[in-house]
Amino acid sequence: MANASHRAPAASLLYRRQRRRERWEKTGYFMASFGMLLVIWETSRALGIINPLLFPSVGAVLESCVAQLRDGSLQTHMYASFMRVLVSFTIGIVLAVVCGFLIGWFRVVRMLLDPVINFFRSLPPIALIPLMIIFFGIGETSKIVVLSYAAFFPALVVIYQALVSLEPIYIRAGKALGASNLEIFRRIILPQLVPHIITACRVSLGVCWATLVAAELIAAQRGIGAMMVEAQNFFQMPPLVLGILLIGAISLVMDAIVRLIERRATAWQEKMP
Amino acid sequence: MDQGIRIDNVGMTYSGLSGQVEALRAVSLAITPGEFICLVGPSGCGKTTLLNIIAGFLTPTCGAVEVNGRRVQGPGPDRGVVFQQYAVFPWLTVRENVAFGLTLGANRLPRAEADAIVDHFIQLVGLGDFEHAYPKELSGGMKQRVAIARSYAVNPAVLLMDEPFGALDAQTRQFMQESLLQILEQERKTVVFVTHGVEEATYLASRVVVMAARPGRIREIIPVEIPYPRLAEIKTTPEFVRIRARIDSVVREEFRKQRDRG
Repeated sequence: MANASHRAPAASLLYRRQRRRERWEKTGYFMASFGMLLVIWETSRALGIINPLLFPSVGAVLESCVAQLRDGSLQTHMYASFMRVLVSFTIGIVLAVVCGFLIGWFRVVRMLLDPVINFFRSLPPIALIPLMIIFFGIGETSKIVVLSYAAFFPALVVIYQALVSLEPIYIRAGKALGASNLEIFRRIILPQLVPHIITACRVSLGVCWATLVAAELIAAQRGIGAMMVEAQNFFQMPPLVLGILLIGAISLVMDAIVRLIERRATAWQEKMP
Repeated sequence: MDQGIRIDNVGMTYSGLSGQVEALRAVSLAITPGEFICLVGPSGCGKTTLLNIIAGFLTPTCGAVEVNGRRVQGPGPDRGVVFQQYAVFPWLTVRENVAFGLTLGANRLPRAEADAIVDHFIQLVGLGDFEHAYPKELSGGMKQRVAIARSYAVNPAVLLMDEPFGALDAQTRQFMQESLLQILEQERKTVVFVTHGVEEATYLASRVVVMAARPGRIREIIPVEIPYPRLAEIKTTPEFVRIRARIDSVVREEFRKQRDRG
């Protein structure tokens, strides 16, 4: 908590020390967890549990990573993937916030759209790829449309559900203090929705990223998925495994960034210990 | 000149699954400025409904309420409301909560003036050390003091309190009752206070309105002729005990009637 002036300094020092210890502990376990994975990887190759020809060593994957960084191809692929996610995620979230408000606010719209939303929500975005390729070709447009779609529905559901489950008591309290409708919206409803909008971002980003890789595996010249398909075609195992590792690592990093923003924006919320 | 509250022949009927429910029938009451009215009665007697009608959250099916000569047509800053569930905004600090009303278009003041008012009420409710804390860091009693200060800041003529101390433990409740009377000594308001507690009502009110259920209506109005300021010690005086017993017997009778019917 940024503002702890009312707390006894001794208690706050103890608290901070404990928090620091917990953080170190967490970091330790994090490293150990991935260390374990590497050990299993290498030993199972050494013991012949997996065919060394079909699965590269840690060193070979690292080598491939360095080589691709040198010639700049890895950067090109990552940039292409990132831009696709960034553009589509932004489109999806903005639309979801706007539509979420309309659906949450107007009962008629909600009753009318709820069944359709549930239909589209349960439709995996990848299922749209063939249709979109026929509509928009194999260029960027078809991918952006599919990914925006992937980002849109989970966020939409989170936001309008949050809106309909808002506590009416805060609105009453605001009205009793003389707040106008606009003030109620801006200063009472919006602040309560911020945590939910961030949750929506987290969910959407995950879905968007997963869909991206699938879309790139099907049709793309650049991007991490395309890199993997190329490696598969030429039977180059190190870049293929590198692609898998990168996809996992990038989604971990993105989630960590959103969680950090979440912690900052929701410091006021009561949390389970 | 403040004209207090006039409740004129108010009736309220809800349509529910089991047909029509008459929550209030022909309730009339004139409350003079500066009075402290407590509404007591068995659950279902419509005391909270009546409070919500005065607050403007509900529109009565018949009759009308006037506050200071103006007919109530919705909630407004001339009537402060304190809820049992505190309703302190959790995303704002104590200070921002108390200042909230003064930052609204309806009661905006120059910055320096608003700051002074906010300071004053934070001190008055004794939360000077906590002005930058978030509500999650406060106890129930402290949250309720924030809510009281927030209501006071916009200077309403009337304070409407719906079982404000109902969720607090006995010690804190006692302390909050004393604090409320002290605050009222300094800044007089007309108060309408809903409670289950007969002792609480006797201690706080200048008049206790006992209500009856099905339909909700006024059963009896009992004045508490003990002068303010009232210290906690008065609760053992024969006069207090006598008045409390009298209110208690009416409330019990209503409770029994309701139980026998239901």
